[in-house]
Amino acid sequence: MIDKQAIEDIKKIVKTGRVLTEESDRYSYSFDASFGTHLPDVVIQTQEVQELAELVRYANEYKIPVYPRGQSTSLSGGPLPVKGGMVFDLSVMDNILEVDDEDLVAIVSPGVLTSAIHAAAEKKGLMYPPDPSSSHVSTIGGNLAENSGGPRGLKYGVTKDYVIGLEVITPQGEIIKTGGRTVKNVTGYDLTKLIVGSEGTLGIITKAILRLIPKPPSSETVMAVFNSLVDSGRAISKVLSSGILPAKMELMDQASIVAVENYQPSNLPVDAEAIILIELDGHPAAVKEEAEQVAKVCREVGAREVIVPQTPQEKAEVWKARKLVSPAIVRIKPTKISEDATVPRSQIPEMCRRLQQIKEKYNIHLVVFGHAGDGNLHPNIIADKSDIEEMQRVEQAVAEIFQAAIELGGTLSGEHGIGTMKAPFMEMELGASGLDMMKRIKEAWDPNNIMNPGKIFAEPGQKLVLR
Amino acid sequence: MNQMLEDLKKELKYEKTNSCVQCGYCLPVCPTYMTMGKETHSPRGRINLVKMVGEGRITDLSVLEEPMNLCLGCRACETACPTGVEYGTILEAARAAITRRKKFSFPVKTLRNTIFKKVFPSKSKLNLLTDGLWLYQKTGLQKVAQKTGITRALPFNLGQFEAITPTVTSPSERRNRFKRIPAKGEKKYTVAFFTGCIMDAMFQRINDLSIALLSHVGCEVLIVENETCCGALHAHSGEMDEAKVLAKKNIAAFEKEDVEFIINNAGGCGAMLHEYDHLLADEPEWHERAKEFVRKSKDISQILVACGGVPMNKELPGRVTYQRSCHLTNVQKVTKEPVQLIESIPGIDFIEMKDKDMCCGSAGIYNIVNYDASMEILDEKMKNVKDTHATTIITTNPGCLLQMKLGIEREKMGKEARALHLVEYLAEAAGIV
Ligand SMILES: Cc1cc2nc3c(=O)[nH]c(=O)nc-3n(C[C@H](O)[C@H](O)[C@H](O)COP(=O)(O)OP(=O)(O)OC[C@H]3O[C@@H](n4cnc5c(N)ncnc54)[C@H](O)[C@@H]3O)c2cc1C
Ligand code: SF4
Ligand code: SF4
Repeated sequence: MIDKQAIEDIKKIVKTGRVLTEESDRYSYSFDASFGTHLPDVVIQTQEVQELAELVRYANEYKIPVYPRGQSTSLSGGPLPVKGGMVFDLSVMDNILEVDDEDLVAIVSPGVLTSAIHAAAEKKGLMYPPDPSSSHVSTIGGNLAENSGGPRGLKYGVTKDYVIGLEVITPQGEIIKTGGRTVKNVTGYDLTKLIVGSEGTLGIITKAILRLIPKPPSSETVMAVFNSLVDSGRAISKVLSSGILPAKMELMDQASIVAVENYQPSNLPVDAEAIILIELDGHPAAVKEEAEQVAKVCREVGAREVIVPQTPQEKAEVWKARKLVSPAIVRIKPTKISEDATVPRSQIPEMCRRLQQIKEKYNIHLVVFGHAGDGNLHPNIIADKSDIEEMQRVEQAVAEIFQAAIELGGTLSGEHGIGTMKAPFMEMELGASGLDMMKRIKEAWDPNNIMNPGKIFAEPGQKLVLR
Repeated sequence: MNQMLEDLKKELKYEKTNSCVQCGYCLPVCPTYMTMGKETHSPRGRINLVKMVGEGRITDLSVLEEPMNLCLGCRACETACPTGVEYGTILEAARAAITRRKKFSFPVKTLRNTIFKKVFPSKSKLNLLTDGLWLYQKTGLQKVAQKTGITRALPFNLGQFEAITPTVTSPSERRNRFKRIPAKGEKKYTVAFFTGCIMDAMFQRINDLSIALLSHVGCEVLIVENETCCGALHAHSGEMDEAKVLAKKNIAAFEKEDVEFIINNAGGCGAMLHEYDHLLADEPEWHERAKEFVRKSKDISQILVACGGVPMNKELPGRVTYQRSCHLTNVQKVTKEPVQLIESIPGIDFIEMKDKDMCCGSAGIYNIVNYDASMEILDEKMKNVKDTHATTIITTNPGCLLQMKLGIEREKMGKEARALHLVEYLAEAAGIV
């Protein structure tokens, strides 16, 4: 709890923005899209970087926790103010969005929505490739801090592959610049990449320089239906080793197909074990040919049906079915635990098998869909938060999913980050000394542990709790 | 568990909040999140506050009051929500819970009672009010008042609205309407027309044109006796019991006639009629009857399209844009038909505005009780309207129509732009007026 005097001091520092302390406001900044309610003492909204820096200096002096927050769509507890203190609502910093089509960069302030960057780039015939499915609601600051990615990650990579410069407030309240406007830059340690994916634990991003690329002029879609989930996994590997790199490669398992059909009938084959959706982009002639080749490979591996939609409407239909999976599965039960454990491509079929086992062992509703091409399967567990016994089973199942991913040479998190939820599993993946190196970096940057404390590194005895 | 908390959960329909996964997909479409700029005034924030009360973390219900009062109830969040959260139900339950606990100061209570229990349900009282308005306009008192600036001192900023209040039809004209209007040409449907209380009192001309259009496209139109207020304003203000009484009266009144559809021309009233089955869900003897009523209840644009559209013979000059009624879009889910009708006008220059689905800030009586908040939303809307360079703004609800008129007034666009109900515009193009 911070005292009245501190609130007064904060109000003095924040000259241009708002300082929120009402109960209704504090509760409104106590959650994200994962689990748990944590009340901040105060919420600050300002567009002035200098004011934020001064607040951080103040916080560092009085050891008050600071929680940077974008739009709180984090699925791992990233922005939760678990130790109270100040929340910085950075979604209000949406005032800068410039696209420079000569340098092929975009300069953005952290509160700009990712979809706004997509639109601004597109206007100039350019593309900002990272495409988390939450693009229309998440901020670029949040994307940078979580190193978010989406379906296009397969071909184009994720957020970190497009950041070349940052402006950051350090935990001491200094404003530093990392990187710059050039793609090539080897001057010293790459602090840009260190900050990206640091989940707000090393500093506050106040500006970013993003790399853009020319927008591919054309795209084609292929949809392949399989009687066996394992065959679909083989098709994925086969396509990727055939010399073609699709822009997206998405998988829907039987449970998700059935859920979509029950929710909004879309003419999907409910007796199929898997559907894969592939998008190819590039020059019109090239993508046409690639689409044919992909279709051929899928048939060879045993696809029972391959469809290449022709008109833009038909393509949109096919992708709509994929988009419907998320809303469809929560109609089964209200609580969705969205995991993003990721495995090397070659292990996709094995991971699918293990997931099936886990599903049976704990008797849970488990649905698999996701970015199959890059091994970022999204095992989603559907449960009911108010059923405590069920939630305990879910917790055990989640732990086992993490273990399976790591055993197969994969990782805890492909895109959602560690936050509070996965902190207890860090050592399992990194080993004691790997984790210790990370802790030492954190301690060097933030000796007073004021910047997003309680994240990434587990407290002694901390366990996964989804209740 | 604590029984009081369990009861409170029931009262708040807490279980409905469980389907909110806090994904934030509703944030970009919420007008109050946009203008007020904090999560407290977002759909996700409001739902979370209800959750917190239901879970006993917030013990003082008055914490909910401001966020819930400042919600427009436009329900754009429901349309955006991927998990199907029934926000409207949560909002109404929260408002009712607040209303129940609130000790209104005596004058406010009397005013609420008069307005909600006496004026709105009563055609004759509204007629009286409107008669006053008519006299006021006809006698020249209006001009005097406008000149002297008396209107600016009216309560609740009513002064602002004074300038845009439509010319009211004379009382005798209003009461002498035919009760059964035959179809022109071959009869396609027999329909009842829901006149609505505000609509009939303030925009009787639009009602008359609606009836004329319906007859024009082949409907026999009945005006039903004993129709009463739809109850929308009551339900949105937490007066649920009164809303139920009104719903039952309407169901009983319209059951008496053998009609295929019950047609309305006000998106807000239509949405209320559309949800009578939800409203009466726990009253077994009414639920089925309500369902039947809902099945028949349609917006006028739906029936005009079902009858094959409106034959139009006049080209109208100028560019047109369309400000949707939120309740038509988000509750009745009628989105295609109005656009189809507008586009069918010969030679039409129709352009959509940016954020076309965003509320204009009218929202029932929101613009009166939350005047400043409403004007901020309206100003955003008018920016987008202006960018279209449209000279006609089409609306599908009386509240929106008044609000657009107010917007035109505020932006001093009166010389170049006008706001019309869709029905007025169609009637013009069909040569009915
Ligand atoms: C329905 C749904 C779908 C999703 N799909 C995807 C997906 O496909 N791919 C994916 O990668 N993620 C996805 N996510 C997760 C989430 O949207 C991303 O993690 C996103 O980047 C979070 O952005 P935000 O603005 O909401 O940030 P928040 O959730 O507010 O914050 C996230 C983290 O970033 C930190 N932070 C925020 N802004 C700053 C800043 N300016 N400086 C420093 N730190 C900051 C916070 O402290 C926190 O640790 C999804 C989430 C939902 C609800
Ligand atoms: S879109 Fe729906 S589920 Fe998501 S935060 Fe809003 S109400 Fe909740
Ligand atoms: S009803 Fe409208 S104003 Fe209210 S929360 Fe939903 S979108 Fe916002």
